[in-house]
Amino acid sequence: MSNPNIYIPYLMKIEKITLEAPGVKTFRLKFENDEDAEAFSFKAGQFGEYSIMGVGESTFCIASSPTRKGYIECTFRQAGKVTSALALAEEGDVVGFRGPYGNTFPMDEWKGKNLLFIAGGIALPPMRCVIWNALDTRENYQDITIVYGAKSVDDLVYKDELAEWRTRPDVRLVTTVDPGGETSDWQGEVGFVPMILEKTAPKAENTIAIVCGPPIMIKFTFPVLEKLGFTEENIYTTLENRMKCGFGKCGRCNVGEVYVCKDGPVFSYEQLKMLPAEY
Amino acid sequence: MIELINKAKALLESNAVQVVIGYGKGTSNRTRAIFVTQSDDCDKLIFDSRCVQNLAVYLTKSEIKKLGKPAIVAPIPVLRSILELAVENQLTENDIVVLGITPESEIVDFDTFANIEAFLATHKIVIEEKYHEIIRLIKAMPVAERFAYWVKELEPCFKCYACRAACPLCYCTRCTVDDNQPQWISVPSHPLGNLEWHIMRAMHLAGRCTDCEACFNACPMGIPIHLLTKSMLQDVNDNFGSYGPSLEKQNTLSSYKPDDKESFIR
Amino acid sequence: MQTENYLIRKPSLEKLFNNLISGGKTVIAPKAKGNLALFDKVQAFGEITEDYIVTTNSAKSVVFPRTEKLFSYHKSKEKTEITDASSSAFPDVILWGTRPCDAAAFVPLTDTFNGDYKDIIFNNRIEKVILLSFSCSRSDDSCFCTSVNSGPGNTSGSDVLFTKLSGCEYLAEVMTPKGQLLVSENIDLFETKTSEDKEKSLAVVATRFNQEEIQAKLQNLFENPVWDDKSRACLGCGSCAYVCPVCSCFDIQDEAHGNKGTRLRCWDSCGFSMFTLHTSGHNPRETQGARWRQRILHKFLYVPNKSKIAGCVGCGRCSRSCPADINILETLTSI
Repeated sequence: MSNPNIYIPYLMKIEKITLEAPGVKTFRLKFENDEDAEAFSFKAGQFGEYSIMGVGESTFCIASSPTRKGYIECTFRQAGKVTSALALAEEGDVVGFRGPYGNTFPMDEWKGKNLLFIAGGIALPPMRCVIWNALDTRENYQDITIVYGAKSVDDLVYKDELAEWRTRPDVRLVTTVDPGGETSDWQGEVGFVPMILEKTAPKAENTIAIVCGPPIMIKFTFPVLEKLGFTEENIYTTLENRMKCGFGKCGRCNVGEVYVCKDGPVFSYEQLKMLPAEY
Repeated sequence: MIELINKAKALLESNAVQVVIGYGKGTSNRTRAIFVTQSDDCDKLIFDSRCVQNLAVYLTKSEIKKLGKPAIVAPIPVLRSILELAVENQLTENDIVVLGITPESEIVDFDTFANIEAFLATHKIVIEEKYHEIIRLIKAMPVAERFAYWVKELEPCFKCYACRAACPLCYCTRCTVDDNQPQWISVPSHPLGNLEWHIMRAMHLAGRCTDCEACFNACPMGIPIHLLTKSMLQDVNDNFGSYGPSLEKQNTLSSYKPDDKESFIR
Repeated sequence: MQTENYLIRKPSLEKLFNNLISGGKTVIAPKAKGNLALFDKVQAFGEITEDYIVTTNSAKSVVFPRTEKLFSYHKSKEKTEITDASSSAFPDVILWGTRPCDAAAFVPLTDTFNGDYKDIIFNNRIEKVILLSFSCSRSDDSCFCTSVNSGPGNTSGSDVLFTKLSGCEYLAEVMTPKGQLLVSENIDLFETKTSEDKEKSLAVVATRFNQEEIQAKLQNLFENPVWDDKSRACLGCGSCAYVCPVCSCFDIQDEAHGNKGTRLRCWDSCGFSMFTLHTSGHNPRETQGARWRQRILHKFLYVPNKSKIAGCVGCGRCSRSCPADINILETLTSI
């Protein structure tokens, strides 16, 4: 952080806005101050507090890969006060960013392994940074499989990137929409993510599974992974929680002995099981 | 209070109610609200002059509603709150059993809200002279002085919302201060923020407050916020001739009747 | 950590107070308000009340005020400017009349605001604070300092601890360099002290529970009816958290006036129903019982496990101020 006052955000200019899905936008942000841009670095899995001055702060992951320098990206859905104000912002506007906070996906430990990404809806953004990080350092990993689903075709985010991943020979992409969410020309699967995961049947040997999605999807995905032979230390997720400060002081995200913002948000399933069911 | 204990036991044993909300022994010399679900525990029920907490606040709480149909020990301040909750459609007669306690310590079974209203008609709200004096003093201050007076009185307030939590009529599941689109009332505690909160609460209680003083008793910093509500009560009575809840007249400030005397309505 | 022991007589204590005031220091001490004693700014020695076991409010607002400006901003077409508020000059504050429990609370408070991320606003404030505490000669049913590694004559957190001995004499235990400096600047008011048994001047506070035992029991008590049982009367206000000298949960709020505004840090409480509410509507702690459980587990299990310090100093303020008489001691001794 450039400023010893940990509450002061970096000032970021919105360079590009992409409408991903109804109510969902991606911002590409550049540091106003070149020195900040130079000094800034982060690792996959970390998040930040994004703000509109006068309105407040909101927590989103950093959705771009740390291998891409010069900018960061975040993807959010318009839901409450701050996201509604952010949704009204235009390219060229200035927003605040505090970060990077949180722990990281242990990508170094995963070198030489297969990676299986499982995501639902608006939960693809936290994984997108890991996916691109892995793709940008492709030689470090073995097979990469992505299983991604959303309520409907419209709700799929990063549509352009999905198209790109579909054509890459070094990635296996399976996309699905919930029954009833398909369009007449939909080429992908139809079915809930856990079901499609079982159908895809990726091998568990030497594979790390990274899961992110709404609580109901996670609830039904873990048993499928267990059935496929995944062990608890090889399943990772990133938790969403109500956060404010981002650095373990305000108390909001305290679950058991852990602060989701500081000791997480990345947890292995083994670690998650040790937490009280309060998240 | 043997009669109370026996009545409570009978109600629980016949399963007419599943919980009795009453007063029990608290820390040191205090009393506290107790929730008796077993007939044997009815012996814990007490009633004396220390029992001032307004129990009606528990009638609208989801955790208490889950326990089943309650019987509630109701001295006069609680009776008034129950009546106001009835006027505001928060309670029906089948929802609760009311074990009223008169100032003579008699237990009265009020089986209808109309009976409660009839009883309360002979025990009207009276604002004590000492409060009349200070309210007169404050009202006599010019506006700037009155503003400064309240900013100073409310300075120790740190927005714990104990006043709201203890008030039986603050039952909104989402209070105005909890709205953030837009943020009507500021969240942090500072002179203007404190004033905004208390003025807003007093306004939301206008025509509804039954002068139980639960807000003042709950305030950990001893701020006399009940002056605002008592002053409101007086104003509503002076202007609309109503002092306390009435099933017949309904809610003073939010019920329209064709024979309302206000000329601007015509 | 102790440096020196001194003796000071009551008239000299008053002179010390006057010296501090005339030296331009802000003195915060217990002041009577009706039948409450509240920490407030005082100008004259006579304003200080001695008639209190503990004050109603805690002293934490001198380092962790209920509203703290983090920064202010000004937006214009060309740019956004941020003005840091951490560099404001905070006044020199003398906290006079803190009890040993109040002083001990500054330890977990400092721990929360430091660690991996140092809150320099908090640190700038606490650097300017000197704690002149007074031992307890009486206690009541709600006190349980001796059950949480503290006590009526405990020195932890204080710069100087005064204990009233017989008559008008006070033992002054100087614990820190800050304390020693203050004493040296007023050395003519202090006499040297050889030894004195301060124990007999202290209140007797019976231990009510064994802290390690409770910590061990709480480990397995997550799903237990005690949480709903003991919190049934809880009204869900923030009294307990706000009068607590250790509680430091906060909210961050922006207040805007046109294109200028401030970002503020303000008190919050895990007891409020919306504390953990997600925008999606999901609330991990939906019932008051779950929130009461969080309060107890955080103070008596999670903090001791993680940081090896107490999350509670046993002052009993929460129980005394609770409008519904929810008693923390009762919950702890019942498990």
